[in-house]
Amino acid sequence: MARRIDPLSEADPVLSFEDVSLRYGRNPETLRDLNFSLASGSFHFITGASGAGKSSLLKLIYMAARPNKGFIRLFGHDVTTVSSKDLPMLRRRIGVVFQDFRLLEHLSAFDNAALPLRITGRKPDTYRQDVAELLAWVGLRDRMGALPPTLAGGEKQRLAIARAVVGRPEILLADEPTGNVDPQMSLRILRLFAELNRLGTTVLIATHDQALVARSGRPRLHLQDGLLSYLAAEPAA
Amino acid sequence: MSDVFAQRWRPAPFLPVSDTRDGALVFVVATLCFLACLTALGVLATDRAARGWSDQLHSQATVIVRPRISETPDLAAARAAETLAGVTGVNEARALEKEKAEALVAPWLGDLKDLSDLPVPRLVAVDLDPKHPAKLQALEAALKSQGIDGVVDDHSVWTKDIARAAGLFRWVGVGVFVLITVAAGAVVTFATRAGLLARHEVVEVLHLAGAENMYIARLFQARFAQLAAWAGMTGAVGAAAVGAILRLTGGGGGITPALPIAWMDLLAVAPCPLAAALVAAVAARLTAEAIIGEMT
Repeated sequence: MARRIDPLSEADPVLSFEDVSLRYGRNPETLRDLNFSLASGSFHFITGASGAGKSSLLKLIYMAARPNKGFIRLFGHDVTTVSSKDLPMLRRRIGVVFQDFRLLEHLSAFDNAALPLRITGRKPDTYRQDVAELLAWVGLRDRMGALPPTLAGGEKQRLAIARAVVGRPEILLADEPTGNVDPQMSLRILRLFAELNRLGTTVLIATHDQALVARSGRPRLHLQDGLLSYLAAEPAA
Repeated sequence: MSDVFAQRWRPAPFLPVSDTRDGALVFVVATLCFLACLTALGVLATDRAARGWSDQLHSQATVIVRPRISETPDLAAARAAETLAGVTGVNEARALEKEKAEALVAPWLGDLKDLSDLPVPRLVAVDLDPKHPAKLQALEAALKSQGIDGVVDDHSVWTKDIARAAGLFRWVGVGVFVLITVAAGAVVTFATRAGLLARHEVVEVLHLAGAENMYIARLFQARFAQLAAWAGMTGAVGAAAVGAILRLTGGGGGITPALPIAWMDLLAVAPCPLAAALVAAVAARLTAEAIIGEMT
């Protein structure tokens, strides 16, 4: 039976799941009766073994998958019934760092990072400097013109993060964002997320990097057998 | 270096500039455009030929003269020619010599040595004023007033047939043109579908980043319109070159005097790149919107 959790009892959460289940095809349910809500400006990790459904949970949030059951409310909208016309505006409020990066290989690092700003129709001169500074901050100052196939795994990861945060999203979702970087860069990335969170971005990071979770001192949502449990924050290591 | 890069940076196209499939698409669309332009040139040449033939026939009439018992055929023909020359709207009327009249019936009677025993009618060729030609009734009335037994043929039977044939060819040309347009649209539709599937990751990333369906569809629309415009230009230039060669090798008359191409006709291929781009843009837009709609 699903455990009903309510990690942050906010009156107006930025995200809430109500009895949400997800299954792929005729397979058993990947996620079962999830109930939780996230307050605006919160910072959580999603943990769980490989295949526990961490990525699937993120997919439901960034609307790449629809639940078979239940309701998901995002920014006050029911995403299970939102029209395809309204989807883009909701997605622009979310930044996603994909596990497989999903960088466009024929575009330079700069073009990839600028993508979320460009599709909003903004003029390049209004964001050129911001993108350059962000790329410099993630350590890609000298790789701005490089194509993704020429980047190392860690560089791709940092570029994917830059793309996810460049539009100052209200929610940042990251799927194993430190999977390909060294511990030093992991900490740096964590600090970037913490800085964004401090500025008001709600952060949700799926990871199995226990050390990272321990270092952060943030609460986590733990997935096991498709069920979700809330684990309170432990003191930062 | 990074600052210089950032300052010089210009947004790159979201869709790759070149694709290995582009060559095949350009070739097919260029071929279709080439055929469409040749069809257009053919229709124009036929139309001009038909108008030329009609004008020629309209400005001429032939009179078959039957001599009276008291006069010779030559005299009857000469009298008819003199009478008709005085009618308003007639530039010239001349009796054809006996030899010419016999030559005209020779294909039906064979190479006979002596046709003098046969009642071969005498003919009068009448050149009419092209601007204000004399009416059939006026010519008949003039002959009747002089007591000449003659039948006036104003070639109206032939001109009607020519007009009908030219009209038919024009419609066939339009039909071929429509077929080629539909085929070009279908080719671009398939290419767009293949392009979208091949660039699935681009579509997905743009989608998840919050790009609207229209925005993504416009990328494909612009890309295929550009390719089709290039293909259309290639096809049009090819067809114009063929037209020019036919015009040059055929002399003043074009392919043959019977099917003349004018230099001005070659301008008919000019709208081809624009038309090809338009067809491709519409096909790509509709296809992309449908597929992206299915993805969401």
